[in-house]
Amino acid sequence: MKNKKTYIKDINRTIYDIKDKDNSIYKSQKGLTPEIIKEISSKKNEPKWMLDFRLKSLNIYNSKPMPEWAVDLSDLDMDDITTYIKPNTKQSHSWEDVPEEIKDTFERLGLPEAERKSLAGVGAQYDSEVVYHNIRKELVDQGIIYMDMDKALHEHEEIVKEYFMKLITPDDHKFAALHGAVWSGGSFVYVPKGVDVDIPLQSYFRLNAPGAGQFEHTLIIVEKGAKLHFIEGCSAPQYKVNNLHAGCVELFIKEDATLRYSTIENWSRNMYNLNTKRAIVEKNGTIEWVSGSFGSKVSMLYPMSILAGEGARSEFTGITFASKGQHLDTGTKVVHAAPRTTSTVNSKSISKNGGYAFYRGLLKVTKGAYDCKSTVSCESLMLDNDSKSDTLPIIVLNNDNIDIGHEAKIGRISDEAIFYLMSRGIDEQEAKAMIVRGFVEPITKELPLEYAIELNNLINIELEGTIG
Amino acid sequence: MGEHFFNINNLKVNIDDKEILKGVNLEVGKGETHIIMGPNGSGKSTLAYTLMGHPLYKVTNGEINLEGESLKDLSADKRAIKGMFLSFQYPEEVDGVTVEEFLRTAKTKTWGEMQRILPFKKLLKEKMEALEMDESYATRYLNLGFSGGEKKKNEILQMSILEPKIAILDETDSGLDVDAIRIVAQGVKKFKDKERSIVVITHYNKLLEYLAPDYIHILMDGKIIKTGGMELAKEIDENGYEEIRKKYLK
Repeated sequence: MKNKKTYIKDINRTIYDIKDKDNSIYKSQKGLTPEIIKEISSKKNEPKWMLDFRLKSLNIYNSKPMPEWAVDLSDLDMDDITTYIKPNTKQSHSWEDVPEEIKDTFERLGLPEAERKSLAGVGAQYDSEVVYHNIRKELVDQGIIYMDMDKALHEHEEIVKEYFMKLITPDDHKFAALHGAVWSGGSFVYVPKGVDVDIPLQSYFRLNAPGAGQFEHTLIIVEKGAKLHFIEGCSAPQYKVNNLHAGCVELFIKEDATLRYSTIENWSRNMYNLNTKRAIVEKNGTIEWVSGSFGSKVSMLYPMSILAGEGARSEFTGITFASKGQHLDTGTKVVHAAPRTTSTVNSKSISKNGGYAFYRGLLKVTKGAYDCKSTVSCESLMLDNDSKSDTLPIIVLNNDNIDIGHEAKIGRISDEAIFYLMSRGIDEQEAKAMIVRGFVEPITKELPLEYAIELNNLINIELEGTIG
Repeated sequence: MGEHFFNINNLKVNIDDKEILKGVNLEVGKGETHIIMGPNGSGKSTLAYTLMGHPLYKVTNGEINLEGESLKDLSADKRAIKGMFLSFQYPEEVDGVTVEEFLRTAKTKTWGEMQRILPFKKLLKEKMEALEMDESYATRYLNLGFSGGEKKKNEILQMSILEPKIAILDETDSGLDVDAIRIVAQGVKKFKDKERSIVVITHYNKLLEYLAPDYIHILMDGKIIKTGGMELAKEIDENGYEEIRKKYLK
């Protein structure tokens, strides 16, 4: 151990970094003007209310200052971002019909294989549009709707109009307004009353074009007593210019319904990931968030649960891995807005090689929300002295008839624990790997199996040789 | 004494430039049991950590040889592979790593051969039963939430699974109740019966009566000042370390 350094490898990004050539048929001009917005809306043949909504959002966007309370956004210039890029293909229901290069990209990411093995439906978005969508017939027969958001706007306009950006409004913050103005693609899921979708649905968002923005909108409605597991994956190849992701996820969980929403986000290190996710849970309903943040240059991501009905539950399990040049500001927000609601937060972060992982959380209990229970635990592990970690859990209580447990731990990887494992014949690299794997184990076991394997690959605890 | 099995020659050790061990000599033969006793601060734990190769303990002089090979410049994992074992006074807790997973990896590394899952499970179960440890400990995270006694048992469990050539037991008897001492002592005895060498570091003599040691050494002020048999332990017990100091330390 003495005089030696051990190196824990970064996430192996090779499969994510393969860039396709420009496959677009149409690109909007860079930047943001009402003309660009009108053009996007007209290309999509949208109803007038949506165009009006987009233009209103643009006004709000222009009126709001850049948020300055978390990460450094000074290098992000919207005039350099192309907000809409339409790939040169129609949406297919068979991988055969997806253009070769785009199909190869998704093959490398393992999506078609996962679909064959363990998914009930798949959506694949490439830049601004969804290029592949499929759902098993038996799900359609049960009344489940799973399609891309643009299509849903045409085929289920009334439902979309009722729910779209009602939970996250353009007034929320600057990037929610931006999203309202330029959103494109994403997923729409509707699970009718009492239907239990026991196999997960998965949407994968791939941003290929340099200097582009991706603004997909995900809207999920799980009706009374229904159950769904939805998986979201994201990645992009590395470019020298900035890319921007400002998606919105709105989840409506009705009485006695359950939704599990799992995300593995693995954007490239030139990405600004400014994503907004929110769930509203009615009486005795449950939202379970599983959230893995590994990529991006800068992230601001705080999935929020509003426990609106009596007995509603939320569970958040999150892992963040920040390496060189990354500032990942992640966490979760929970609002207990009804009596007897319960929430659990279990967050872990790892920082290495100068990475910065910041946990920012909010727990709020409203006045009438008595007999609530909340347990919050956040732990950070720093693998070297160059890396940073912070936690900022904010708790706002408006009544005192509640039961709250809170625990936060920040620490460096323990030399004594490494020595202990080494004293049993385990070399230094493997000892560190064991400790890191052990640290994330409570999260790994929450992930769907293929994502657990992916997580192990991603964190890539394969260690490089000792340097003398 | 089997002169060439395990030798420590004139070992001097610094921590943060302060000399703690000031020339320790010790020879341990194959299958022998040695006890090192000494008051707090005499350098007992320093000796234990140094023998296992803790990087904060700097050897400034002397040699540590096992079967004629020098261990002095080897890292802890290499020493373990050569057959050295340390039962820690304060075993570390490692979250998320199960006892079984850890021990199977450790056995694979120290023995240099893959441990197949089912035979290993069987071995583990057997050894745990001998130490009156509940089976459920196999799937618990390493030392996490274990009581002091459970941690010590777990150290002895590791020793019995890894079967090192020489085991250093650092205050293994401290913090144990009477029943736990008996169980741990039986575990150590079984190990000893296999012609393994043991060095027990302690400031009590609780374990002594179970182990029938070959030699007792008194470590004081960084040196072994006296070597003898069971009568030495008795002398310490009756007169205390202060009297011993006056009598043997010049």
